[in-house]
Amino acid sequence: MSAAVTTADDAIRLGLSGDEYRQILGHLGRSPNPTELGVFSAMWNEHCSYKSSRRWLRTLPSSGVHVVHGPGENAGVIDVGDGWAVAFKMESHNHPSFIEPYQGAATGVGGILRDVFTMGARPVAILNSLRFGAPEHPKTRHLVGGVVGGIGGYGNCMGIPTVGGECTFDAGYNGNILVNAMAVGLVRQDRIFLANAGRPGNPVLYVGARTGRDGIHGASMASAGFSDGAESRRPTVQIGDPFMEKLLLEACLELMATGAVIGIQDMGAAGLTSSSVEMAARAEAGIHLHLERVPVRDAAMSPLELMLSESQERMLMTLRPGAEADAAAVFRKWGLEAVVIGQVTDTGRLELVMRGTSVADLPIGPLAEGLIYERPVADPPPPPPVAVPDRDTGIDSLLALIGSPNLSSRTWIWEQYDHGVMGDTVTPPGSDAAVVRIHGTDRALALTADCTPRYCEANPRLGAVQAVAESFRNLTAAGARPLAVTDCLNFGSPEDPAVMGTFKAAVQGLGEACRALNMPVVSGNVSFYNETDGCPIPPTPQVGAVGLVDQVAHRGRISPSPGTAALLIGDTEGHLSCSLYARELHGLTGGAPPPVDLDAELRHGEWIRAQIAGGLADACHDVSDGGLAVALAEMCMASGVGASVEPPDPTMSPACFYFAEDQARYLLAVQPDQVDGVLRTASAAGIPARMLGRFGGTKLRLEPLGSVTVDTLRRRHAGWFPSYMDGTTKETG
Amino acid sequence: MRTVVVVFPGSNCDRDVAVALARCTGRAPGLVWHGATNLPACDLVVLPGGFSYGDYLRAGAIAAHSPIMRSVHEAAERGTAVLGICNGFQILTETGLLPGALVRNAGLRFVCRPVDLRVDGHTPFLAAFTPGERVRFPVAHMEGNYQADRETVARLEGDGRVALRYVDEAGRATEAANPNGSAAGIAAITNTSRRIFGLMPHPERVIGAELGGSDGYRFFTALADALA
Repeated sequence: MSAAVTTADDAIRLGLSGDEYRQILGHLGRSPNPTELGVFSAMWNEHCSYKSSRRWLRTLPSSGVHVVHGPGENAGVIDVGDGWAVAFKMESHNHPSFIEPYQGAATGVGGILRDVFTMGARPVAILNSLRFGAPEHPKTRHLVGGVVGGIGGYGNCMGIPTVGGECTFDAGYNGNILVNAMAVGLVRQDRIFLANAGRPGNPVLYVGARTGRDGIHGASMASAGFSDGAESRRPTVQIGDPFMEKLLLEACLELMATGAVIGIQDMGAAGLTSSSVEMAARAEAGIHLHLERVPVRDAAMSPLELMLSESQERMLMTLRPGAEADAAAVFRKWGLEAVVIGQVTDTGRLELVMRGTSVADLPIGPLAEGLIYERPVADPPPPPPVAVPDRDTGIDSLLALIGSPNLSSRTWIWEQYDHGVMGDTVTPPGSDAAVVRIHGTDRALALTADCTPRYCEANPRLGAVQAVAESFRNLTAAGARPLAVTDCLNFGSPEDPAVMGTFKAAVQGLGEACRALNMPVVSGNVSFYNETDGCPIPPTPQVGAVGLVDQVAHRGRISPSPGTAALLIGDTEGHLSCSLYARELHGLTGGAPPPVDLDAELRHGEWIRAQIAGGLADACHDVSDGGLAVALAEMCMASGVGASVEPPDPTMSPACFYFAEDQARYLLAVQPDQVDGVLRTASAAGIPARMLGRFGGTKLRLEPLGSVTVDTLRRRHAGWFPSYMDGTTKETG
Repeated sequence: MRTVVVVFPGSNCDRDVAVALARCTGRAPGLVWHGATNLPACDLVVLPGGFSYGDYLRAGAIAAHSPIMRSVHEAAERGTAVLGICNGFQILTETGLLPGALVRNAGLRFVCRPVDLRVDGHTPFLAAFTPGERVRFPVAHMEGNYQADRETVARLEGDGRVALRYVDEAGRATEAANPNGSAAGIAAITNTSRRIFGLMPHPERVIGAELGGSDGYRFFTALADALA
């Protein structure tokens, strides 16, 4: 063992605190050598240990009849019937994407895909949620181009369709963008693999790309805020190779089918350190590694560099003893390197040996358990009230909204993603939720990613509730039964009580909504330190949700047929504060977000699903950003069919009626001869439902605002993104 | 019809085209690994879409030299029909079975969208369609910009070997309707015997109304009849 000693100052340089260093001394009964201290710093940073968030994450509902594996595995797993299960998770790659957008976003996709296929699942869909700074900020255009290119570059090459997501702009992300990627995979329930090393004696196999110096201390980077010198951290961003990952995917699934694999984990954040420690910890075992056997790009790498490298496209697995030759044959076929680098032990320790010399000997327990902090919390103040002018509104307000950066068409993005590969995408991007058929069946998964940061900024608890409610509605509008969610919680520094207060409130809101809507949180990720020079991002509790469509033919569609009646489901109170209308047309931010009645959400959702399943919904669309007018326009643009609508309540101002963002609302297109029946069942079920008008013709007419052709709507909607990216416009709406 | 789909490392539309062939021809294709040296006897060889060898060097460049391609050449010489879709088309041009090259899209971005195509050439591969008919397949590629020297393009045109062309709703090959900048809006070509066919769009992705169209179903069923 290296006898070199370390001090508290060394620990502080690695991002640990003096107190944390004293705890390490207590666990070891001696001073850690520099390698050991580096291993501790990698496992105990915020990114790997969740030391600030765990106390709150425990309050989230994570069980339910569909849940096969909740949080704690590489991905959450839910039962979708007929022996199939879905593994899914969302994860952030914010800091790398800000520094080097193409590679940062690409490796974010690569990492989340590995989390899913390590479970034995074949990835079938990718979603992403992107939050950029203001369009006029000098970095934004470059970041959008790089991030979208990187996501497409990786997913397209892997041959996994990117089917949905979100992209919004807000000055609050000028210095710290968010790139959250979600992957969804299908696995037979009796073929699920876990990150558990298994019994002592199992060989430990290293598979995939060679280890280089890239990404060393990447997890530590994700555990600190940015300052203006962020570019100097470019060398800590990993480089992705989707071709290597495609081979790794096929080889791993092929080997898993042979029964040779006991446990498997990808080498993601903190690389070999976290994968080996976590696999051993789950088995309550130890692990012994011969570091000189690790395939390297540079023979001069130190033990610590080998342990901390975040080189991409690498897997650690434990095998059934005797299966080494089978494994070698599979990986040889795919042209991949696979080396037995150690074995599982009964010591409960992480033992690292380099050319016969012990370089580290640490207890697995404290490494894996990490720390739990009860950070000081300052509860967020209520948002100041905002009075939104509700007069002088015309059809131009609608055109301004659908042509604004945050509501304009995202076709420029989707066209760079292969959303049709695998041949099961039945509802491509552009509807409420993407729908992907379960291969070889008539059933399908509905997938969505949602969060409205302006609501979360005004009221983090309510914003988080609304994110879950919107995902519930998006799945419902696709005709799917909402099953479960994954989350990606993006916040500033947990050491700031105000930030920690928003985190606590958001987690409480998530828990409240997920419990009420029966959508357990089965996986997730926390990304703290999203701030630049002490200025945190708006709280962004991103939700990704999965639902099940029982019959692909009976899924919900956004496009109404000509001649159908337009029905509004849900109550309209006229809540304009915190709306996109207030923000885009009047420059008013803040104010209370619309309240969310979770009981109404549940009841309206159940009723809507019954209409879709019963074949009574010609089309269905959730009403959210921009309110009723925007929802109607989206249905018209999707179908090319116009609509003519009159407010049923003449006492409400047109701005409130058309642009308010009241929750629990849907638009439903119903064949004329079925309207009476549908309204009767709604009334019997206590569901507010009103006839607004009719779909048909070539114009959208909103009384008394005026009318506009669907062609004009489409042009205004399509225009902003491509012209912004071409640099031919700087307008922001 | 007996078909074989060649699988290269990095192929990712191999399953999609196998599903389409099984559904449209009633017979599942054989899958052959790129490292194999013998191609099983068959009526049609398919080189699928994807990123063979990660598109390292150039799209299709390394796959064109993989062991199985020697057998594909020999089969083609014996008259076996060969279909290259997307990356498969790129491999066919790299290996010299079809002329020209597929270079980076004029817009420098990956393009995934449904496109309208006009049926121009005649070959067993277009048995489903009548000349001048407009069909819709999706494209999904970064390097689909077909380029060849002027004489080659003129020869392809003169021989009626431009099989499919990107067109607008009125059937005109306009710049706006061209997703990648291909010369003369070329989306598909054949060789002189009409039995080797390369196209950038993906007929295997539109084999049923639930997937947004059935033109691909027509493409494969008629092809099976034509080659049987």
